[in-house]
Amino acid sequence: MADYIEIRWHGRAQQGIVTAAKMLGESCLRSGKYVQAFPEFGPERMGAPVAAYNRVSDEPIRLHCRVTEPKYVLIADPTLIGMSLSGGMESSGGVTAGVPDNAVFIVNTSKSPQEMYKELGLKSKGTRVYTLDASKISLEAIGRNMPNTPMLGALAKVANVITLDILIDNFKENYSKKFNSKIIEGNINAMTRGFNEAKGE
Amino acid sequence: MAITMIKGQVGLTGNSAIAYAMKQINPDVCAAYPITPSTQVVEEFSSYVADGKVDTEFITVESEHSAMSACIGASAAGARVMTATSSQGLALMWEMLYIASGMRLPIVLTDVNRALSAPINIHCDHSDSMGARDSGWIQIYSETVQEAYDNLFQAVRIAENEKVLLPVMVCLDGFITSHAIENISLIVDDDIKQFIGEYKAQHPLLDTDHPVTYGAMTLPDTYIEFKRQQSEAIARAKDVVSEIGKEFGNRFGREYGLMEKYKLDDAEAAIVILSSAAGTTKVAVDELRKAGKKVGILRPRLFRPFPFEEIAGALKNVKAVAVLDRADSMSGFGGPLFNEIRSALYELEKRPKVVSRIFGLGGRDYMVKDAVQVFDELLGIFKTGKIETLMKYITL
Repeated sequence: MADYIEIRWHGRAQQGIVTAAKMLGESCLRSGKYVQAFPEFGPERMGAPVAAYNRVSDEPIRLHCRVTEPKYVLIADPTLIGMSLSGGMESSGGVTAGVPDNAVFIVNTSKSPQEMYKELGLKSKGTRVYTLDASKISLEAIGRNMPNTPMLGALAKVANVITLDILIDNFKENYSKKFNSKIIEGNINAMTRGFNEAKGE
Repeated sequence: MAITMIKGQVGLTGNSAIAYAMKQINPDVCAAYPITPSTQVVEEFSSYVADGKVDTEFITVESEHSAMSACIGASAAGARVMTATSSQGLALMWEMLYIASGMRLPIVLTDVNRALSAPINIHCDHSDSMGARDSGWIQIYSETVQEAYDNLFQAVRIAENEKVLLPVMVCLDGFITSHAIENISLIVDDDIKQFIGEYKAQHPLLDTDHPVTYGAMTLPDTYIEFKRQQSEAIARAKDVVSEIGKEFGNRFGREYGLMEKYKLDDAEAAIVILSSAAGTTKVAVDELRKAGKKVGILRPRLFRPFPFEEIAGALKNVKAVAVLDRADSMSGFGGPLFNEIRSALYELEKRPKVVSRIFGLGGRDYMVKDAVQVFDELLGIFKTGKIETLMKYITL
């Protein structure tokens, strides 16, 4: 199934990762791709671990199952690292479960990529880790701890699936009715800062 | 919600697509009681009502039993009526489902498939709609968001067809399809209007110049004649489903039949499976075909009425068949689809070997490797001509 790019998002409920997966899906569709964006739902409790998935392809996507071998893993809450997420939900066991040797991690943290590489317990030399302080960026840009949009910006920098411009265009067009201009501008700023401030090895 | 079209495509969840289709259909009445995972259908459609985008009378009710009761009243009165539900909601409609079909009311219901309690579970399986399989409703199962959207328009036409006049249930998989954003092509409002046409009820209760009775008491002297007519009507629905699927294809470029055959023509082994899991199975078929294995899929789209002859015809050259059910009929003899398929094959002179596999209950993931495993087992049966296990649960 090399024709798909698969992405897994980890976070806690209310951090906006389901929305991030949705926005990524919309944006990729905008650039002419076939997409899937879907969450792993459970009983809805604020702060509970949640996962969301994307598939992006040049061909129609027929798979209708969970993403188990994601090339890209985005972690909105680093306290999930090392946790078993299997529980009652069908989660993948942990944030590193199933990833290929050339996986790319993007972590919301103030720590360095080298530190996160260790904390994630990674072994493969082909695995790359990028970090950004998405919580700090979002607090400064929109006044709330909502790490999703800075992380989308970081993904645009790191992965060849989407550009920052398309993310921003999509956000302006699809969310201007829902949010006031201050929130729109704040999130665009957050995406741009996420793009610029993500650092990796 | 803002819907932006890019190259004719939009990204919508199954639920949003159904709500949007309902907006385009603009039914006279919608009575509904939201339940996971079909909640957004009702939520988004009620926004369309509140924003004046549709002319629909939206009836908020205190239960699904009342929702279906209100749909029945409105439909008998002469209105075009729609609703949506899932799981326990459909179960609570039970006695009213039979009344809707017995009174020959062309109500269209979207069932976002979800497991039944107990134990309580909000995720996908087909026990809710399979439980309603004998209720006299036509049932159509959808693989993708696009198909769920397309099926809803066809359902209106099928239900209201004068040869049919029966309620239709359009099923899509809870969460897997209802909550996943996928690319879909939307049809413009005017084309939908033309396709479904104006609804003119044949015998509206409110036409006081031509008084009629609905749901009257019948004694042994007439009841069985009513049921015989109903039985004939649902049997006639099969050809109507085909004709309308073809007409839809001519107009909009996406044709639908009673079933979908995927690489089945020369297949030695085949999986029969409904809805979204068929997509995952197709990926398995492509992988196995690359390795030279002759495997294929039959995906029934119409489950009620059950197209026995067409299905037997489609499977007659296959040597080993696994019927994968996302529901158990608790008969101790496999799932509901298995029993229908096996029965359909009985008239063939040379019958394929058929096994039952129950999968994915309560949302358990069904993956490419699960399908590959079933195919491997089937190819073994093809070689030896022997079935080791007739029925079993997989994805455990």
